[in-house]
Amino acid sequence: MTKYPKKLLVIITEAALERELVRGVKKLGAHGYTVHDVRGGGSTGEREGAWEADRTIEMKIICDADVADRIAQHVLAMHGSNFGLTLFFADVSVLRMGKY
Amino acid sequence: MIDVVVLFFALGVFARLVKSDLRLPEALYETLSIYLLLAIGLKGGIELSSQPLLALAPQVGATMALGFVIPFVLFPLLRVLRLSGVDSAAVGAHYGSVSVVTFAVATTALARQQIPFESHAALWVAVMEAPGLVAGILLARWAQRGAAAGAVTRWGTLAHDVLFGKSVLLLLGGLLIGAIAGAEGAAPIRAVFIDPFKGVLALFLLELGLVAGARLGEVRRFGVAVLVIGIGVPPVLAVAGALVGVALGLSTGGVAIVATLAASASYIAAPTAMRIAVPDANAALSITVALAITFPFNLVIGIPLYIRMAQALT
Repeated sequence: MTKYPKKLLVIITEAALERELVRGVKKLGAHGYTVHDVRGGGSTGEREGAWEADRTIEMKIICDADVADRIAQHVLAMHGSNFGLTLFFADVSVLRMGKY
Repeated sequence: MIDVVVLFFALGVFARLVKSDLRLPEALYETLSIYLLLAIGLKGGIELSSQPLLALAPQVGATMALGFVIPFVLFPLLRVLRLSGVDSAAVGAHYGSVSVVTFAVATTALARQQIPFESHAALWVAVMEAPGLVAGILLARWAQRGAAAGAVTRWGTLAHDVLFGKSVLLLLGGLLIGAIAGAEGAAPIRAVFIDPFKGVLALFLLELGLVAGARLGEVRRFGVAVLVIGIGVPPVLAVAGALVGVALGLSTGGVAIVATLAASASYIAAPTAMRIAVPDANAALSITVALAITFPFNLVIGIPLYIRMAQALT
């Protein structure tokens, strides 16, 4: 089975940003994304996701390394100073290269 | 005698304080809030079907103006309390907008005391949701002038979010459905949307108690200023609201409701709108004031007080 290397970019942030993130990642070249509702805590307190203003999302994007860099840079510049934000990359293997 | 629904709120806060594992599933919270908004709208709409619509125009105009003016009045007061410009604007927007649940509790308090009120009052709630948010954003832009040249307000997106957001859509949708169906047409759904209202409200208040209880710790973090704002601001705004109600020639119950709406702070529409439009405002500060202090204050002390005030004024 042939596998192809890609980047997985994971963005964990406030749910209020979801629409802007979706708009941004598509514009910057991602072919798709997946969003989960999550909860957790950090230096600024805990977010339990019990109601509207307390919701947190985790967005996963599989794409080429340069696209992942562009998206991360954009998100950090736009929202890094005002929103709770966690970003990380991972190397993943995919089966259908064109899909991502 | 304290209203039974308020006791549910107290139970929620207590559960948080003793670190109980009690949680209501988020899907239930969502369901209950959709139910309450629709039910409030429907109830108002059924009554609206027997009203001349044009006669309501002054009420709509005046309540909208009230919501719009509130952030401007609060801004200098909050600045005196050493809140930053954007925070003053954001907190003002929360007060300019309204809390639907506070409204619901006020109507049940009036009903319990058998004080009649304008049955289309839900219409005031629906139209008062947005103007305060717009005023808050304008103030924030003004406070940021020069400092944040990059800050752009996407007014189109904001208008879309507020007008077609859950609260206004369901309130106005319910009003419209109720108005079209009338009492007779709505009779088959009474058993779901009208009769169990208070029980559902009680359950929702249990959930809000849990949420508000979780934020009580934040009060300590922000100190005395949030207490002064959260308890000091509502009665002042209530007086302004009551005067508007009297000027409109509303009934005693109606005056109490407009006073309550003016005194209430939004914790659903406002936090979301402000987070996007004014991201550099401290969201935790506004939410703590609105939900952890003003909301319980209005529930326990404010609403009975505003009803008394309305009785004295009318």
